[in-house]
Amino acid sequence: MLGSGILKGLGVTAKNFVGSYHDPARMVTQEYPDTPAKLPEAYRNFPFLVTENATDPMGTLRCVACQICEKECPPQCIYIEKSKDKKPDATGKPQLYPAVFAIDTAVCMSCQLCVEVCPFDAIKMDHVFEVAATNRFEGLLLNREQLAKPNEYFHQIRPTEAAEVDGRLTAERQAAAEKAKAAAAAKAAAPKPTTPVAGVADPGPASPRPATPKPAEGGTAP
Amino acid sequence: MSLFPANSGPTVRAVHDEFHGDLLEVSMGPQHPSTHGVFRMVVTLDGEQIVKLKPVFGYLHRNHEKIAENTSYLSSMPYTDRLDYLCSMTTNWAYALAVEKLSGQAVPDRAQYLRIIMAELTRLVNHSCLVGFLFNDLGTSFTPLLYAFREREKILDLFESLSGSRMMCNYQRFGGCRVDPSPEWLAAASALVDNFPRFLDEYETMLTGNEILLARTQGVGRLAAAHAINAGITGPVLRASGVDYDLRKVDGTGFYPRFEFRVPLGAHGDTYDRYMMRILEMRESVKILQQAFKTLPAGPIMDPKAKLRGFRPKAGEAYGRLESPKGELGFYLISDGSPNPWRYRVRPPSLINLTLLEEMCLGHTIADAVVILGSIDIVLGEVDR
Repeated sequence: MLGSGILKGLGVTAKNFVGSYHDPARMVTQEYPDTPAKLPEAYRNFPFLVTENATDPMGTLRCVACQICEKECPPQCIYIEKSKDKKPDATGKPQLYPAVFAIDTAVCMSCQLCVEVCPFDAIKMDHVFEVAATNRFEGLLLNREQLAKPNEYFHQIRPTEAAEVDGRLTAERQAAAEKAKAAAAAKAAAPKPTTPVAGVADPGPASPRPATPKPAEGGTAP
Repeated sequence: MSLFPANSGPTVRAVHDEFHGDLLEVSMGPQHPSTHGVFRMVVTLDGEQIVKLKPVFGYLHRNHEKIAENTSYLSSMPYTDRLDYLCSMTTNWAYALAVEKLSGQAVPDRAQYLRIIMAELTRLVNHSCLVGFLFNDLGTSFTPLLYAFREREKILDLFESLSGSRMMCNYQRFGGCRVDPSPEWLAAASALVDNFPRFLDEYETMLTGNEILLARTQGVGRLAAAHAINAGITGPVLRASGVDYDLRKVDGTGFYPRFEFRVPLGAHGDTYDRYMMRILEMRESVKILQQAFKTLPAGPIMDPKAKLRGFRPKAGEAYGRLESPKGELGFYLISDGSPNPWRYRVRPPSLINLTLLEEMCLGHTIADAVVILGSIDIVLGEVDR
């Protein structure tokens, strides 16, 4: 019968109309600004820099300014300047740190390549998406102070990945500490009268201040 | 020299043709909602009939190929997401395929299966969207489109929870995939796929027998098989004309030969066949997905020898091609041994399928031209690159 196809179609429309009031499979609208959007853990939008200690963010950046992410970034939105001096990192090894670290989020396309190539787990993807700004240079060109976020925040947005990263880092640090201890013991055992050399070598493994970040780590990892 | 090319005159003007008499030239687009992006058709009309149609594109040119020649192999992977932005998983795969061919890299079994799962999910996304947009062009304002988007949203949520992004997935890597899906993800995806035919049935009840749809699409925009083969048309548009050519069968890309599926073929090559082709292909995709979820092997998802950085393939050339939802998507790469490709070329199915638009539209009305364009399934990100 001519018109039966149209009537059948209208039946489907009616079913969907009624269903949109009671059937959860047909109720898809989210009241977004009133109920916040639920993001999956893997969601990525704009990178941030991980710091070990929230009280001293600039002193405990994991980034050592190796500039790999700057080279690999497809739209070239990362700008890094290496520091002139070195600071001891969590394992006590003196490392460079970024004197300038800027990301132009107006250019960034959130592709995650910087995270994938970073050998130090220093840069991770954020969950922010409400980033409207009135000024391109103040609101979207982020410097290292704006980019730095504590490790606790990383745990909050990506619990499984953060636990995995922390487990790996603590294992690395323990191995480094044991190695340093063994080296110091070997040095002490070896009867060498060269005091000046020992004097220089000693402060290396002994002086760094791993005491502050380490307990904090132990507390967060499990 | 004038700043604008000669054909960019006023939107509507009268032209005189010695065979047809007085004609009207209408410039449709680039800001026309039914041209699926920034695409322009310069149509010459005799009354309401089209006597000439000139597609004008290039408004979305982003210099993709040259950018890729100046960055490392890895860095152009996120850019391939932006070619066909509805199907980033298949564009990623086609590019990875070309690079793996170039460097002779192996891909583990699990990654091969995951690639097929992602490609077929992408096909579901693309085809359901396309059918929705096609009916939007027909004038069924938004109802089929929103039903399609409701289903697409569920698949995009899966993509987001796996790769971190809904559309710009950036998921494939040379020698494998980036993230291994959890058992929960696979269970959710499998449940979605099992429910998908229900949506298709509902969709077909609503649309396939609709008399207005039949009147508007049957016999409209006919494309002869010989003509389509000559022009290099691929994908569902070619199969709607009755040519049995599907790269999943012809090339046996990846592990496709391990799966049982049929290639639907049309008989008339008109817009209705092209619509049915998409519906039938979605049903076949569901079959492939169900088999893939059942037989997905355990194991690594990345070749242990695969390198992320410092990737320098030996000098040579490679062409990797894939049956993307729109047709044959190919990447042609020439390496000179440096970390950047020396030449990088994309064979976009949308662009090549667009070349016969004039032949399909001649003799039809301007309202039909919109429907025919919708049935070809173009994405301007891929046409213009």
